[in-house]
Amino acid sequence: MAGTFVPPTRFAVPGRIAVSNRAASEWQRATVVDVRRDNTAGTVSTFRLKVPGWQGHLPGQHLMLRLTAPDGYVAQRHYSIASPPEEGGEIELTLDHVPGGEVSGHLHTVARVGDVVEVRGPLSGFFAWPGDRPALLLGAGSGVVPLMSMLRHWRGAGCPVPLRLLVSARTREDLIYADEYGDETTVVLTRTQGRLSAEHLAPFLGPAQPEGGWEAYICGSNGFAEHASRLLVAGGQPVDRIRIERFG
Amino acid sequence: MEPTRGFTGRARAADRDPRLPPGQYDAADGWPVLSAEVTPSLTAADWTFRVDGLVTTPHTWTWDEAHTLPASEYRGDIHCVTSWSKFGVRFGGASLDAFLAAAGPRPEATHVVAYSHTGYTTNLPLSDVTGGKAWIVWEYGDGPLPPEHGGPARLIVPHLYFWKSAKWIAGLRLLDHEEPGFWEQNGYHHRGNPWREERYSGD
Ligand SMILES: Cc1cc2nc3c(=O)[nH]c(=O)nc-3n(C[C@H](O)[C@H](O)[C@H](O)COP(=O)(O)OP(=O)(O)OC[C@H]3O[C@@H](n4cnc5c(N)ncnc54)[C@H](O)[C@@H]3O)c2cc1C
Repeated sequence: MAGTFVPPTRFAVPGRIAVSNRAASEWQRATVVDVRRDNTAGTVSTFRLKVPGWQGHLPGQHLMLRLTAPDGYVAQRHYSIASPPEEGGEIELTLDHVPGGEVSGHLHTVARVGDVVEVRGPLSGFFAWPGDRPALLLGAGSGVVPLMSMLRHWRGAGCPVPLRLLVSARTREDLIYADEYGDETTVVLTRTQGRLSAEHLAPFLGPAQPEGGWEAYICGSNGFAEHASRLLVAGGQPVDRIRIERFG
Repeated sequence: MEPTRGFTGRARAADRDPRLPPGQYDAADGWPVLSAEVTPSLTAADWTFRVDGLVTTPHTWTWDEAHTLPASEYRGDIHCVTSWSKFGVRFGGASLDAFLAAAGPRPEATHVVAYSHTGYTTNLPLSDVTGGKAWIVWEYGDGPLPPEHGGPARLIVPHLYFWKSAKWIAGLRLLDHEEPGFWEQNGYHHRGNPWREERYSGD
């Protein structure tokens, strides 16, 4: 076709990631097998679910969770998967308790071990990281959830490529998974240190980059995603090697 | 599905707003931003919109040229596959029919691929974007369309889930077959009708 437009970027699911469409279309029963707090402020909890038919996921993927009322009313929301793929038929979700939130509110205040909810997924291969390329991860608030799946996978499977995590939270009490970070992680506490800045990123961009450069993953609120992606682009990260998951 | 123990739900089924498709909730004043790519720094001066493929006259419009088309607006509701809906919004721009009329679709054209300046793509049957059902818009409410919502200009196809309404729209290619776009290759439904809850492939 003469004059066919060629997009400036190859914006697509990485070819090496296969996504199953079948799992995405089926609701499955998931039993809550454990609930635990994940920050000292008490606003974030992790829900461990047993999903007998779970077909596995890649770090970074999310699912859809559905609750049903006695009169048939349903509420469904997307949640990132926090656990790495290595745990078989059990997965973990980490949820912010949104004040007045219909789904997160129910899970934080009513749900307990033994309850059954429904999930479908895993969904979207776009934000997934199978562990085969250097990964630079930037998250804020509960946006660290899919990145933690990547970090846990990187450690657990002993991925040979470098991984760096920058995580932003208001205060140390708000920080999710505070005990799990190691040398690979830079924590930015915005109330005392200010926002994530070019200075925080400088040690990783430019000449210090691993061979082949980073695959960058950003997750959090839209405000954080806009800010972090601008910093990365300004620091020289190619725009088509930045993947963003916005929680709305 | 059996009821979830202890879950009553905020919106009672009885007084559920009839404008709300199944599985959706009212985002009220909020307008979540959901795009997987970096918001491009695309100015009106750089923006172009092209219609090509199975047309008699492939055509590219600049910002000023697009603004010479008859003004047209959409007032109504929008629905996102991530479960929120937003009622009574206004988008201003031009009807996609005006662009298509200038390019002249060939009789064998049945589908389109909409593509963005970022490289994002989404597929639609031609019949879903003709006959007053789709717009290229540059206004939201009374002001310009904000960049993170697709400004300077985006496609809107409000009767389908909003991933079909490509932000930073760059063009439309007419085809005689269906070619799945970005999210469709990623497990999403090919059509995306919110009233039938066509969310994922297989729904
Ligand atoms: C891909 C993706 C992944 C995500 N992953 C995660 C994750 O890992 N962890 C996580 O915590 N979140 C995640 N989210 C966000 C999540 O999907 C929900 O948006 C979040 O949990 C809030 O849902 P909710 O039902 O609790 O709140 P909602 O009921 O949707 O309410 C949201 C806000 O609106 C207000 N509100 C809405 N309607 C009303 C009303 N009628 N009356 C009063 N107030 C109202 C609430 O008070 C609240 O402030 C993700 C989102 C996406 C898109």
